[in-house]
Amino acid sequence: MEYLKKYPKLFQWLFLLIVFFALCFAIDVPETYKFIRGQAEFVKDPNQSVYFFLGKEVRYYAFDVFWRLPPLLGWLPIWINDSLFFLMNEWMPMEFWNEDTQEFKTRPLLLEISRNLTSFMTFLIELIREILLGGLETIVAFTSWDFIDAYPWLELPGLPWTIVAAGAALLSYKLSGKGLALFAGLTMIYISIFGQWKPSMQTLSFILVAAPLSFIFGLGLGIAAYKSKRVEKALYPILLVMQTMPQYAVLVPALVLFGVGDHAAVIITMVVAVPPMILLTILGLRAIPPEVIEAGRMSGCTNWQLMFKVLIPTARRDILIGVNQVIMVCFSMAVISAFIGAKGLGFNLLLALNQLNIGLALEAGLCISLIAILLDKMSLAWANKQTDYFGNLTFFQRNKNAIFFAASFVIGIILAYVGTFIFKGSFNYLFEIPHNKGISTADFWNKGVDWIFDTFFVYIKAFNTWLIQDVLQPMRALYLRMPAVATLVLAVGAGYLIGGVRSALVVAALTLFIALSPWWDRALVTLYMATFGVVISCLIGFTVGTLCFQNKKSAAFMLGVCDIFQTFPSFVYLIPVMMLFGITDTSVLIAVIVYATIPATRYTIEGLRSVPVGLHEAATMSGVNKFQRLTKIEFPLAFPHMMLGLNQTIVFALFMVIIGAFIGTEDLGQYILKALSDKNGAGIGLTLGICVAFIGLIFDNLIRTWVGKRKKHLGIA
Amino acid sequence: MSETVIKCESVYKIFGENAKKMLEESNGNVDAKTFQERGCIVGVNNASFEVAKGEMLVVMGLSGSGKSTLLRCISRLTDATGGKIFIEGQDLLELNNKELIELRRNKMGMVFQSFALLPHKTVVENIAFPLQIKGTNTEESISRAMEMVKLVGLDGRENYFPRELSGGQQQRVGIARSLAVEPDIWFLDEPFSALDPLIRKEMQDEFLRLQEKLQKTIMFITHDFDEALKLADRIAIMKDGIIEQLDTPANIVLNPATEYVRKFTEEVPREKVLIIEDVMDASSKDNLGDLKVSKDEIIENVAEKILTQEKLVGVVDSNNNIVGSIKPSKIIDTVFGGRKNGS
Repeated sequence: MEYLKKYPKLFQWLFLLIVFFALCFAIDVPETYKFIRGQAEFVKDPNQSVYFFLGKEVRYYAFDVFWRLPPLLGWLPIWINDSLFFLMNEWMPMEFWNEDTQEFKTRPLLLEISRNLTSFMTFLIELIREILLGGLETIVAFTSWDFIDAYPWLELPGLPWTIVAAGAALLSYKLSGKGLALFAGLTMIYISIFGQWKPSMQTLSFILVAAPLSFIFGLGLGIAAYKSKRVEKALYPILLVMQTMPQYAVLVPALVLFGVGDHAAVIITMVVAVPPMILLTILGLRAIPPEVIEAGRMSGCTNWQLMFKVLIPTARRDILIGVNQVIMVCFSMAVISAFIGAKGLGFNLLLALNQLNIGLALEAGLCISLIAILLDKMSLAWANKQTDYFGNLTFFQRNKNAIFFAASFVIGIILAYVGTFIFKGSFNYLFEIPHNKGISTADFWNKGVDWIFDTFFVYIKAFNTWLIQDVLQPMRALYLRMPAVATLVLAVGAGYLIGGVRSALVVAALTLFIALSPWWDRALVTLYMATFGVVISCLIGFTVGTLCFQNKKSAAFMLGVCDIFQTFPSFVYLIPVMMLFGITDTSVLIAVIVYATIPATRYTIEGLRSVPVGLHEAATMSGVNKFQRLTKIEFPLAFPHMMLGLNQTIVFALFMVIIGAFIGTEDLGQYILKALSDKNGAGIGLTLGICVAFIGLIFDNLIRTWVGKRKKHLGIA
Repeated sequence: MSETVIKCESVYKIFGENAKKMLEESNGNVDAKTFQERGCIVGVNNASFEVAKGEMLVVMGLSGSGKSTLLRCISRLTDATGGKIFIEGQDLLELNNKELIELRRNKMGMVFQSFALLPHKTVVENIAFPLQIKGTNTEESISRAMEMVKLVGLDGRENYFPRELSGGQQQRVGIARSLAVEPDIWFLDEPFSALDPLIRKEMQDEFLRLQEKLQKTIMFITHDFDEALKLADRIAIMKDGIIEQLDTPANIVLNPATEYVRKFTEEVPREKVLIIEDVMDASSKDNLGDLKVSKDEIIENVAEKILTQEKLVGVVDSNNNIVGSIKPSKIIDTVFGGRKNGS
């Protein structure tokens, strides 16, 4: 009783749990219930119930309402589909001038916009691709005068790889120094001699289009949100959902709107990459000291001058961190959007994974990871670089990088030219090494995988069987055993205990959406996989983080490792686990664990680090030992930040679980993947994506509310 | 008195949603407490004063007294809730955005507590910034900025970035920037508060030297009473948004208007603040001894000489005409007298 008086919250939580379990036991599993592969699969079955909404027929398996809620939102995907179809094909028909046929043609407005946007994107991508890989088609098409046929010598060859490599190294040198320049050079040489040049340049051209466009839109919207409360309020919910929305899910509507290909990939990448840019722009602009703004105003700046000469340059660092985020998202999307036909490394990676050619997949994955790390480091170096003063330097000093680049350009061309004599009849290795003529390590890796399989097969198999039979299956069964009502009570109760009525309402709305969608069972499976991953990730992350924190060097090292791991496009994680565990749930879970451990570790170290030095000294002077300091001072103070880490861990885990559907899991992700190849998949894909996003947002809301209160309580808000 | 440059007529600044309506209902009788109960915070409460051309008005108050808010109303960085503000006869609150920008570009300069330099521009670029905003071409603005660099004694550091300068040097840049457009009106918002005591003194002296040369109309905000005494022509002491007293330093020290003001003056060494003119007897000009002192001397500097005299000491103005006299005992009264009734 003493305890209950001291901790009234504990009592409330206990009560909530008792109610939850009581409900679980009280509500029996209906005899007809089995884990059907999704409640509404639109396959006709006499056992199904039917209802009509807005003229749509929705079929589902009916159970006791306490056990599973009926899918009252089952019409939503169908409705989204129909609306999209209507918008694209029937809405606002207008007369448009057609260049080719030289006449007006009636077309729906949205279709025309989509077509124009598409051709614009295609033009941009092809233009950059041709600079890197050769050809003049875009320019020919643009001028509509085919001068290549008339003058064949005008045909533009691609840049020799030597020039791109030198350019990358010089730029790295300018931004950061020798170390990065060396890394840039080696990366480029690696890509080249391993025969990955062409797909790499295709991926690069994709990023060179997607990243700047995302940057411009993100910056513009960020500024608009900073200036107007109304815009911010309108953007906020979208930003929130996009943060937890699996990138897969946005692919599906894009298919409908923009078709298949690089252009659709660019547009969809922008949809994903713009939100973090907006957030960082707002953050950066908010962080500007008010006096700097006043100084600008008192200098007589107009609003325009204030924005572009004072605010944006002052917020430069945060904005460039945004650029870095954009680039990272672009890489991640470069792989994922291979599903909708983007060319490049991602496509090769996907193809290789599909054929279970681990060696090839590994090569492509390594390449894309190397380029990602390179661009990540370069953009970070740019963000942290201070402006230099050049006024008092000589012409050569001021322009030495440009001069060196010009020099290497000439040398590269000469080398390529000389190459035509050396490699007569075969391939000019000094110009471009074709895909199948580079060194390939695929065989080596494949043999390695085979060897691992042959040697450790018994152990891996045993482990696999044990995990699946004794841990995963029972856990999954438990999750599926939860009656819908009990789950709702638990979620809403937790919301109320943590954040009061407001939180309870938010959580209730989010949970109800999922419960009323046709995929509640799938959501539970997704949740079980994510939970499993999150628990283990947190155990590992918190332990590793705490241990590494004990020493400054190891902490810095660990953060560096986290940085690099975070740079890998998420798909790359699937390669090594598939090497070891093949196509099983275990593979997915291990990928989830590896991926989700990154934020858990990072936030632990950062949280422990943020404990003020003064407190450390105070603690030391009161004579605590290291362990006491950790448990009495550092953990309590770092705990809120570690909880934010938990939040990130959940988001990361959900992402990976969904991506894991590629290997084959029976969760929401599987349906998203299915929707990709379904011509009526847009509505389903989008609704599924929202379901996953809402799972993330439920935890996000609870954790953030709790952290906010706790930080206030500790006075570190 | 010469021409008025800044004129405030019962200026109010009240923060909160229904501030304007509440102010109208209150008929100019604003009580901070009742306003606070209704969710409004009173920043400036009925401020009326004038600043003459070439005069330096120091607004002194502790944090939260509304002094910075008052300054921001007069520079219209925030809009006053009520009252009228005139800059050289122009109604500031009537100006549209374009006119306001013109006014700031040509007539006003402002220095900030945290310097507020642009981190991506060098010293000389920072100083040239207001000129370039105005549309002056690069060459002219840079050469003008270089003059300002010399004026504040930063020659040789013109191509440094703010991050490479000490606090004192950064504030010199801030001062130079505010003077670059040759404004008539100079606002300084606690310009020396963020500096170390020694640097602060150095900058105050430097500031007085500049003002001697430039003769700007100045509003200077500070929370440091000593600084106010040292620099001001007149001091306005603020508390809770209300100007408690507005007078010359000597009058504030000698005749504090309220209990609050008296608390500040208590610890002030009078001999360092008052000049002979403040304490002399202007009526009796006979029976003078041989010693003559200037009426502008600070008491501390001549106290020893006067105290060794038996007779009345003559006080002369700058043309050596006798304008009054002072008894040696008066010096003792001034230095020690005031404090007795206080404590």
